[in-house]
Amino acid sequence: MDESRRKWDHMAAKAQSKAVVESTGGEPADTLRSYYEQMSLVRSFELRSSEMYARAKIGGYCHLNLGEEATVVGLMAAIEKRDYLFTGYRDHGYALMRGISPESVMAELFGKVTGVSGGRGGSMHMFDSEARLLGGYGIVGGQIPPATGAALALKYQEAAGADAAAVMCLLGDGTTNIGAFHESLNLAGLWKLPIVYVIVNNGLGMGTTVEKASAEPDLYKRAASYRMPGVRVDGDDVLAVRDAARDALKQARESRQPVLLEVMCYRLRGHSVVDPARYRAPEDTTIAQQSDPVPSFRAELIASGVLTEADAAAIDEAADVRVSAAVVFADESPEPDVDDLFKYVYATAVANAPSALPGEPVMDAL
Amino acid sequence: MNTEIVNTEVTTTRTITYRQALNETLRAELERDEKVFLIGEEIGIFEGSYKITAGLLEDFGPERVLDAPIAEEGFVGAALGAAMLGMRPVVEIMTINFSLIAIDQIVNHAAKMRSMFAGQVSIPLVIRMPGGGGQQLAATHSQNLEVWYAHIPGLKVVAPSTPADAKALLAAAIRDDDPVIFLENLSLYSAKGEVPDGEQVAEIGKAAVVKTGTDLTIVSYSRGTTTALDVAHQLEAEGLSIEVVDLRSLRPLDRDTICASVKKTGHAVVFEDDWLSYGIGAEISATIGEGAFDFLDAPVRRVAAAEVPLPYAKSLEKAALPSAADLAKVVREVLNISTNDK
Ligand SMILES: Cc1ncc(C[n+]2csc(CCOP(=O)(O)OP(=O)(O)O)c2C)c(N)n1
Ligand SMILES: [Mg+2]
Repeated sequence: MDESRRKWDHMAAKAQSKAVVESTGGEPADTLRSYYEQMSLVRSFELRSSEMYARAKIGGYCHLNLGEEATVVGLMAAIEKRDYLFTGYRDHGYALMRGISPESVMAELFGKVTGVSGGRGGSMHMFDSEARLLGGYGIVGGQIPPATGAALALKYQEAAGADAAAVMCLLGDGTTNIGAFHESLNLAGLWKLPIVYVIVNNGLGMGTTVEKASAEPDLYKRAASYRMPGVRVDGDDVLAVRDAARDALKQARESRQPVLLEVMCYRLRGHSVVDPARYRAPEDTTIAQQSDPVPSFRAELIASGVLTEADAAAIDEAADVRVSAAVVFADESPEPDVDDLFKYVYATAVANAPSALPGEPVMDAL
Repeated sequence: MNTEIVNTEVTTTRTITYRQALNETLRAELERDEKVFLIGEEIGIFEGSYKITAGLLEDFGPERVLDAPIAEEGFVGAALGAAMLGMRPVVEIMTINFSLIAIDQIVNHAAKMRSMFAGQVSIPLVIRMPGGGGQQLAATHSQNLEVWYAHIPGLKVVAPSTPADAKALLAAAIRDDDPVIFLENLSLYSAKGEVPDGEQVAEIGKAAVVKTGTDLTIVSYSRGTTTALDVAHQLEAEGLSIEVVDLRSLRPLDRDTICASVKKTGHAVVFEDDWLSYGIGAEISATIGEGAFDFLDAPVRRVAAAEVPLPYAKSLEKAALPSAADLAKVVREVLNISTNDK
């Protein structure tokens, strides 16, 4: 495989998608400032998660949104409170931006009962029914059929219109190769469901590039098979992401036209916190670092006079303080009670439901 | 060990990990037979999620070490199709949890073809995958679904517990003309053991008595066998003589070896990582009931996982998974029951 070609491809594709919105001009300063605050919070949260993993406060798998902050913030700026969100396992930033407190998210990572999923889901399985975040899915593609079904329910429950709710379903570039993706998009196209499928294209699925995994590496083009619009946007441009997502959601809620949105970004580090990403070419890592959306948005806001250096530093500091509080909260929270092990297995109580711990007899032989 | 050694006589052994044993066997089989090739997610450039295929892409090239996109149903089915034309694909599914996406190809197709087409085609396909909980990977990533496959006529299912068996059973699986589910375990990959050098090919369908004893038989498999051995040795200090039967093959099941052991000891405990109801232990218990009933001095007991989707939180995960302490407790209970009865 020609390594140089593939890197050129991802970059070039990303460059082509550049800026629906050309600059930050015309955007209220408060909005821009708040987007930077959010990006800074996600960055700080993820760096701290990585640190807490190294200190064994967090276990299992832990996938971070580092490098994807503009995508996370842009998408979450577009989605309305009434909309429903489904994501893959790289979900911390989305949970935070959905309005879930850093305390609840960090406590989930710590496996504490105060976590957003009661400590039962961990990093990959954030869920908050109130925030309409319907998971956090660890199985690749697992979120796509249920998200499609949520859109089916919405269509059943309410009329289309500007105030209608829609579903946003996030998935990675690698996830577009699983059958569930194709089956679901076909259903949505066929049934005209109010859903936006967002491919967060960070160029890699674990160690596999898009070009090595997808016969059609221009992933947004896959929409054509299902007669839905396919749109590609630069994921390092928070405003472009927001506007593209808003437009897609509008089509979903008003015309019940499902949309496939491809957001081009970079994964700053390994697949998960334990992956040193040795397979990755140094130039690729350099490119990812160069297009890191957090420092570049920060610099842009300073250059355009929206923030002073001191403002930006204060924002970063505030994010750190916020995350520190979350860590303390998570650390001090109790673990789930072992007596509650079977608590959530069934919604409707049922006769003879198993409740034996390992080694407990299930029958009395005497 | 009861491992049936075909071919070479054993001269030397080395202490290597289970991971290394698998890696070396894959390499040896790739060298031996050019019909053998590997398919799986991240097995090439990434060298395998658990590094089982490290170095193989470099040495055998992308035609024989095929990185597949995330499309379990597609590439497992593709391996099956290649097997129909006489290739000998060895598929790696990253973990057993993801095999559920491929289960139609495995159960409805791979397992059926030879019988349904009156022996006109055979399917020399190996599907390697690890199972196991205990790493805080939460409910979807921690399952022990071996019984799903062990239930299916037409499949062979092996579950080695030692590096030596990993080697000899993998070679056997690859040379076998039927679909073989080769079950690994996340917590065994770094386990070390003595492995005989040279070509080793086990006989599929045979259990092994991995420790002899006279008071009670523990039946287990895969990572459970290592725990069973630890417990057996620990109880020896209390004056209890425990025999350990390692199933090695879940389908077919070596019922004779199990019953012969229980006839000798009069007591049996099954230690399994899957859920209790309809699990491996249910089959073993029924077998003992049928084949060694008159020899039993106490009911057969099972130590299995709590029947709950496995939670992430360490406290809950620990409580839900069968441990050495649970096994030791049940062994003592079974032996006490029979002493009280007498
Ligand atoms: C069905 C299934 N197969 C394989 C995996 C293992 N796995 C977890 S993440 C991943 C890569 C996914 O890449 P992508 O969709 O690009 O998302 P990203 O990690 O880049 O966010 C793989 C193969 C899984 N979780 N589920
Ligand atoms: Mg990706």
